[in-house]
Amino acid sequence: MTWVNAIVQGLLLGGVYALFACGLSLVFGVLRIVNLAHGDLTVLAAFLAVVATGTLGVNPLVSLVVVVPVMALLGFVLQRALLHRSLQGGELAPLLVTFGLSIVLQNALLQTFSADTRSLPAGEFGTASLQLGDGLAVGWLALSTLVVAVAVLAGLQVVLARTPIGRAMRATSDDPETAALMGLDDRRVYAIATAIALATVALAGVFYGMRGTFTPTLGPQLLIFAFEAVIIGGLGSLWGTLLGGLVLGVAQAVGAQIQPSYGVLAGHLVFLVVLAARPSGLLRRKELR
Amino acid sequence: MTDVPTTPAPTTAPRVSRTTAASRVAAVVALPVVLLLAALPYLAAPNVTRLLVDLFTLVLLATMWNLLAGYGGMISVGQQGFIGLGAYAVLVADLFGVNPYLGLVLAMVAAAVLALPTALLVFRLHGGYFAIGTWVVAEVYRLVTVEFRAVGAGSGASVTGLSAVPPVLRGAITYWCALAAVVVAIGGVYLLMRSRLGLALTAIRDEPTAAATLGVRVRSAKRIVFVVAAAGCGLAGALIAVDSLRVQPDSVYSVQWSAFMIFMVVIGGLGTIEGPVLGAVVFFAIQQLLAPYGAWYLVVLGAVAIAAALLARRGLWGLVTLHRDVRLLPTGHRLRQDR
Repeated sequence: MTWVNAIVQGLLLGGVYALFACGLSLVFGVLRIVNLAHGDLTVLAAFLAVVATGTLGVNPLVSLVVVVPVMALLGFVLQRALLHRSLQGGELAPLLVTFGLSIVLQNALLQTFSADTRSLPAGEFGTASLQLGDGLAVGWLALSTLVVAVAVLAGLQVVLARTPIGRAMRATSDDPETAALMGLDDRRVYAIATAIALATVALAGVFYGMRGTFTPTLGPQLLIFAFEAVIIGGLGSLWGTLLGGLVLGVAQAVGAQIQPSYGVLAGHLVFLVVLAARPSGLLRRKELR
Repeated sequence: MTDVPTTPAPTTAPRVSRTTAASRVAAVVALPVVLLLAALPYLAAPNVTRLLVDLFTLVLLATMWNLLAGYGGMISVGQQGFIGLGAYAVLVADLFGVNPYLGLVLAMVAAAVLALPTALLVFRLHGGYFAIGTWVVAEVYRLVTVEFRAVGAGSGASVTGLSAVPPVLRGAITYWCALAAVVVAIGGVYLLMRSRLGLALTAIRDEPTAAATLGVRVRSAKRIVFVVAAAGCGLAGALIAVDSLRVQPDSVYSVQWSAFMIFMVVIGGLGTIEGPVLGAVVFFAIQQLLAPYGAWYLVVLGAVAIAAALLARRGLWGLVTLHRDVRLLPTGHRLRQDR
């Protein structure tokens, strides 16, 4: 039963990772930028929620009403001010810029909020669980995180596949010059994509903050988990990202069941095995990049 | 258009030269400077040479990262994996009673050997995903290392083999090792970039597909660079271990090393030999000056690096040499017209 429990908890954990990863996946898919500040932006969202819940005295879930728009706006500004300029600077510039941003965010958060461990108190909702059998219980919060992750990924899929802005994003992703010739403003398309990505980052940050604890220096770890989920699932596939998140979550939970210190390591090893055996990911798209 | 003066006909055939005026001066100045630095333990107080060991380690790291990114076109955020391995190689050598200074060589070998299978995996990724891939491998190194109780698991251990050596002598030997490492690294990269491989690397960095169609063995050239850079970072880690006599996993495997390397190279000037050295000196000065302000110095450095990446892509060295053909260590060829 402990193993079944480990797998179930791993799947739920995978929901959070999938939520982290879809923003990374979207920015890479549309802008062809790997945002190395992705994890730190997630932590920033969690700290924004700390401030919002502290000053307004509301539940973290309610704080999403503030945090999600603020992060989306930040994404829009970030794209306009930094990322778009870096896109013109060749392949290295976006990496250097986002890495610089990661260090700036991390240390600014460290100086502002100290290195103390924080969490977002979710009240009764955070501790209540659904009993599925003896020794097997599923937390309502964990379950709702997974549901939110699936909903966000499905929503993104629908936006990309069926809406005009989604079509614009796909066109710009495939060939920015031709898309621009067809009258698409790539600056606007990129900025909207980054705004949507950071909105999902805000969701991920708040849900992660309610599930566990976080510190200003957690960002890099979250970036690595998001990245592993994207690569395990397969670049460019949103459903692959969900699958990758779930596989990573299960690997970590099962590893931790063997010995607590093996959890993260097991996740890394599964990632390396997938990289060695199936480099284009579990849900392989016909063409890579 | 008619009043444009025509070039006078050349009296002799053009000559291909590999040196510039600045490089000839640099070649003459280099030897006395290195000799003076080598004599420094006899001339200056031990705390001066100790600071210089830190600086030399940074120069070594910056030179290695530049070799990877500036010449190999590979942005790695995982070099701390090799720094950590190098530091632990000294620790393991020490456990077996091997002299820790001999451990410096073992550290290079260990890092180079582990770089081969690492390259096999991470070379499947490109661009930013390569960067994070190297980072994951570095994390795996760290997580595996802390499972070994013999090297102090999560809290690390001390290097004990040098306790019999008097501190002043120990400081001097460490300093000489660091100086030698920097001279070999800069000289080595200079010779490498002037070689056939250097030409291949420049071609790969500019356009890998075109280089491959011209017969450049892209993967093999990149692998050599990756292994050399790993060995250099391993040596830097070993220097950190013999300098501080203490190895802690969270410190030697910290991603902060990658941040330092990136800042030094980007601020100094990517893709030149002189730039990373200048960047390391500037970084070291900022680090020392802003040390009282805690982590704010990293916020400042991050902002400066972003500005450099966006506005001054050739870094400080690029600004210094703007519109001037100043090359202290020229790697290319120049066409000269003797009159």
